[in-house]
Formats: sequence, C-alpha cells, structure tokens
Amino acid sequence: MGSSAVSDCSPFFRINSPHCLGQSGVITVNDNRPVNLDMTTIKLPLPALVSILTRASGVFLFVAMAVLIYALDASLASEESFNALKLELASPLYKLVIWVIVAALIYHAASGIKHLFGDAGVGETLEGGILGAKIVVAVAAILIVVAGIWIW
Amino acid sequence: MVTAVTNFGRSGLYDWLVQRVSGVVLLAYFIFIGAVVVANPDMSYQEWRTTFEPTWVRVFSVAALLSLAAHAWIGLWCTLTDYVTPRMMGAKANLLRGVLTCVCAVALFTYVVWGISIIWGS
Repeated sequence: MGSSAVSDCSPFFRINSPHCLGQSGVITVNDNRPVNLDMTTIKLPLPALVSILTRASGVFLFVAMAVLIYALDASLASEESFNALKLELASPLYKLVIWVIVAALIYHAASGIKHLFGDAGVGETLEGGILGAKIVVAVAAILIVVAGIWIW
Repeated sequence: MVTAVTNFGRSGLYDWLVQRVSGVVLLAYFIFIGAVVVANPDMSYQEWRTTFEPTWVRVFSVAALLSLAAHAWIGLWCTLTDYVTPRMMGAKANLLRGVLTCVCAVALFTYVVWGISIIWGS
C-alpha cells in the first residue's frame, strides 16, 4: 500500500489525496523530490507537442466560438445583416480570421479522433503513439491547406 | 491543492465520457454546417435561413451548443487545474484560477443562451 501511495503522489499526476501533502505522515521522504515541469526546459517529443497543441487549440476555440456565434447571429438576423456579413467575409483580413478558426477546428478534431482510437486501445505502444501523432499532423495539415484553398 | 469536487461530473470517469460524447456531437455538427456551406458556395439569405428552419436542425444546433458548453468546461477545467496552480504560479494561483473559472462559466452560459435565442428566436 505504501508503494502505491507513492505513485499516486507523482508530480506528473494531479494531487488529489491529503496524504500527498505529507499531513498524515504517510509520505515525508518524497516531499522534497525535484519537480521539473518547466515547459521551456523540456524538449517535447512529437506526441507531446500534438497533445499540448490540442489544449492550446481548444482554449483558442473557446474564444473563437464568440466570433462564430456572432457570425451566426448576423447571418440569420436579417437580409441586410446577412449581406453585410457576406461583404465583410470577402475581405482578406476576415478570410484569414476564418481560416485560422477553421484550422484550429480541423486540428482539434483530428487530435480528438486520435483520442477515440486511443480509447479503443489502438496505438498505445511508444511506436503507435509516435505514428498516431504523425498521422494527426499529416491529416490536419492536408485538410487545413484544402480549407485555405477553398476560402481563397 | 486542486481537488476533483469542482469538476463537471465530480468524477473523472464521468467527465471522460461526457468529453467523448460532446466531442462526437460537435464533430458531427461542424461537418454538417461545413457540408452545407461547401455544397452551396453562393447562398442567398433565404436559402441559408431555410437551412435552420427544420425542427431537427434546431434541435441538433441546441445539442451542439450544450455539447460545446460541457466540452469546453471540462477542457478548460483540466487546463486551468494543470497550469494555474500554486506550484506553477505561486500563492495567488488559487484566487486567479477561481476568477478564470468564473469567467469561463459566464462566457459558456452566455454562448448557450445567445445561441438558443439565435436558433429559436428568429
């Protein structure tokens, strides 16, 4: 039981149990273990980069949804606002904004589908993880370019 | 200390499941909207409006909005509790995370209400 408690308190997992704080006295020896989760000093392998970009794109999409819902509002409110939006979306700046949002959606979706494969037990080895990350990058890159061509 | 009691379903397994289901709903919805837009490049206002007229499209839209709120909440909660912590940012981190969590909750609630009013109000 002691050894499992140690692994529960690993700095790589979220600390949920009181014993991890050393209050109960279960773990005192390991409290001073060095922790290095400084992203600037860790060289991220491709699967880690794919993973953290999923989070970054997710946070970006949370903000971008305001733009999409605003556009949906303008597109359905009246014929005047629909035509005004259509005119705005034709300008290079708005095209770029839409392309960036679509790119984030494509990347986040590709990585999300990889997660579903992972849930089904596909690609759980080290080699499988690296291959999966490469597939996500390749598929997302192709679709993002295709979306860019369609938008312009 | 970051505890699980403030997450969406008060259980990691439940959050994991909600994240999958909501993700699939959102994927289906964005493919649907993308297909409509790509299939009709020079759409008129009337055509676009007609797309959102059937009841099933409105129900699908509300499902997507609720999925967005749940999906973003779980994702943002995970991200905030991983990075905005006392170990990463010092003593003020818990207060900051509380404020950011509230901002996320208010924004997502606004998205849902705003989106439903667009879909059902027009």
